[in-house]
Amino acid sequence: MSGAWRILHKDLVLELRTREALSGLVVLMLLILLTFTFALAPEGAAAAAPAVQWVTFVFAGLMAVQRAFLVERENGAWYGLLLCPIDRGAIFVAKMASNVIVLGAAQVVLLALLALFLGVPVPVAPLALVLVNLLGLIGFSALATLFAAISVRLRAREMMLPLLVLPLLVPLVICAVEASRITMAGGTLASAGAWVRVLATFDVIFSVAGWMVFEQLVQE
Amino acid sequence: MSVHRRLAPFADRVLPWAATGAMFAALWSVFLYVPNERTMGPVQRIFYFHVNCWWAAYLGFFVAAGASGWYLWRGRSEHDWLARAAVEVGMLFCTIGLVTGPIWARPIWGTWWTWDPRLTMAVILWTIFSVYLVLRSSVRDDPEITRYAAVLAVVGVLDIPLIMISVRLWRGIHPSVISAPASKGGLEDPRMVVALLVTMVAFALLFAWLLWLRYEGLRLRDALHRVEDQMGEVAR
Amino acid sequence: MKGRRSPRSRPSSDADDDFSSHAPFAMADAVSGPTGGLVVHAEGLGKAFGRAVVLRDLTVSVTAGEVVALFGPNGAGKSTLLRLLATLMTPTAGFLRLFGDAGSSLEVRRRIGLVAHQSFLYPDLTARENLLFYAGMYGLEDAEARADAWLERVALADARARPVRLFSRGMEQRLALARALLHDPELILLDEPWSGLDAASTDWLDGLLLELRSRRRTVVVATHDFQRGLGVATRALIIHRGRLAWEMPIASDALVTVDAMYRQITGAVAA
Repeated sequence: MSGAWRILHKDLVLELRTREALSGLVVLMLLILLTFTFALAPEGAAAAAPAVQWVTFVFAGLMAVQRAFLVERENGAWYGLLLCPIDRGAIFVAKMASNVIVLGAAQVVLLALLALFLGVPVPVAPLALVLVNLLGLIGFSALATLFAAISVRLRAREMMLPLLVLPLLVPLVICAVEASRITMAGGTLASAGAWVRVLATFDVIFSVAGWMVFEQLVQE
Repeated sequence: MSVHRRLAPFADRVLPWAATGAMFAALWSVFLYVPNERTMGPVQRIFYFHVNCWWAAYLGFFVAAGASGWYLWRGRSEHDWLARAAVEVGMLFCTIGLVTGPIWARPIWGTWWTWDPRLTMAVILWTIFSVYLVLRSSVRDDPEITRYAAVLAVVGVLDIPLIMISVRLWRGIHPSVISAPASKGGLEDPRMVVALLVTMVAFALLFAWLLWLRYEGLRLRDALHRVEDQMGEVAR
Repeated sequence: MKGRRSPRSRPSSDADDDFSSHAPFAMADAVSGPTGGLVVHAEGLGKAFGRAVVLRDLTVSVTAGEVVALFGPNGAGKSTLLRLLATLMTPTAGFLRLFGDAGSSLEVRRRIGLVAHQSFLYPDLTARENLLFYAGMYGLEDAEARADAWLERVALADARARPVRLFSRGMEQRLALARALLHDPELILLDEPWSGLDAASTDWLDGLLLELRSRRRTVVVATHDFQRGLGVATRALIIHRGRLAWEMPIASDALVTVDAMYRQITGAVAA
């Protein structure tokens, strides 16, 4: 796993140096959020907040996850990674972690903007909300990272990634929105229990699946 | 491949006749043999086709996932052909199921569509595997694509229990949506049970036959390519 | 061949201005593999991309310490063969055994170094950061010392803190060589390594290859440049249309023979 850590470290250094991924992502989220704000009637806006949040997150996130692999395209660095004597699942772990960090940072900004634009009050027990967001973030990153590794090698890559990922994300979207709705209104983790359990299961299944299948996936 | 060789005589000679005969028997049983259902009337006969489409679709997708997993593990083309054939046949039945559902629902409940968990599940599965078909049709004979499609099939089927649970939970909080009656439990007349069994056998044979035909098509195409390549080599 | 003598002797002295000929990290002396020296064993090796067959029916064995020059026209399959040897690709026919191992286990990868057309370097990292990254990935304990030593060796010590994005082609190629040799691999695969190098760097590379040879490293070099390839090689292979067309050990006067054979086989004039 030290291989995964090294790759992640390298990616974070690169991201801090170029700052390409995060800024574009935040602006995109802002724009999608704005579109929603204008599309929604102001009276119903706060109630629609959880839905708006996750739809925005998913669509903006799909744009961003490919970057984790595109960064390896220049000079064929991807092949440099494949040459290294590491378990190739470690590459998946590193890329997923990198996406979790970048998307997580963007998600924090998104939540702040959401509160601002849609007038959502800050919940009394924010920890539950944080956990829900974390679980949704991890599940999305696992699935999207796995399929981003696929889509970057396809010609119609911007089109294919949403096609591949969106149907599979349905459980995540359903559960994340409902759990967010409950915790945003101040509910505890227990009251969102069923949704949270499904989310956690989703996260575990697809993180492990991605890690296990990655070796076969990238072998040419 | 010895499995293939053992199955071939049966599949090539017996299966077409068996499937055709069974389908005729199914048609007879559904349209002539079985009585009208008390509450729903003649429209209920769709049920015998509709319900069989579902398990045929699921069977196709599960076979596809299994074959895909095996292909990822061992890399043998036969498993990829099987997976692709299974997805195509599964999608055929899934589409028929999705079309016959509304045809049945409209006269019974007055609406074309409901977010019944099983229907919702079917739509999502349909989208997952239609993307599989898009992937396979986009580039020809690219070994990378076959691997990616295989991953999609495996992940898709892994997702099924999660989709089922979350859709059920979701429906639980929107109880105003009409739900389908428990149709399988409501077969009063023993003739209906017979009809159901006959149609099940017919669909199973049809599924097997279509799967075989498509698998053979892919296998022969590959063999043809090989021969063409060898002839091209010799010519040089 | 008149003109330049094949550089079998010491590289010319003006190369010594830019390149230190002895790195503190002298490579380990002659290595002997557990199989008694069979580094590469390929039988019936084939690689097809879908319907396009790039390599077919390749049977070749390379023992430890050999320097094999791979010649062949463009599209013959040299690069594909090198990638198969590097475990970046898996064969679609036949089999390939590296260091006696059939699969691409981690241990096998640790003993291989590849320099390809692309440098595998991150443009936004500095030269030193690139080398440190790869040193870490290969699990080298003395990463910093090695990286610095190799930077000296490839005459990039002054550019160590410069991002690779700003490098010239020649500099990038030299750094790629450092990257590939950093972990002291036993099998070194080079795809057109002289391309992009200036005269001094070219001589330096010749010297490096001779040193690798003297330390019984196994080298496979794919190149268009007959003179250079034969200058360092102990064996020549000609790949044509994906097949092994010709193979012979190198004696000092072999150049004319191989050149003529090459023309005859490929039907081309100087490729």
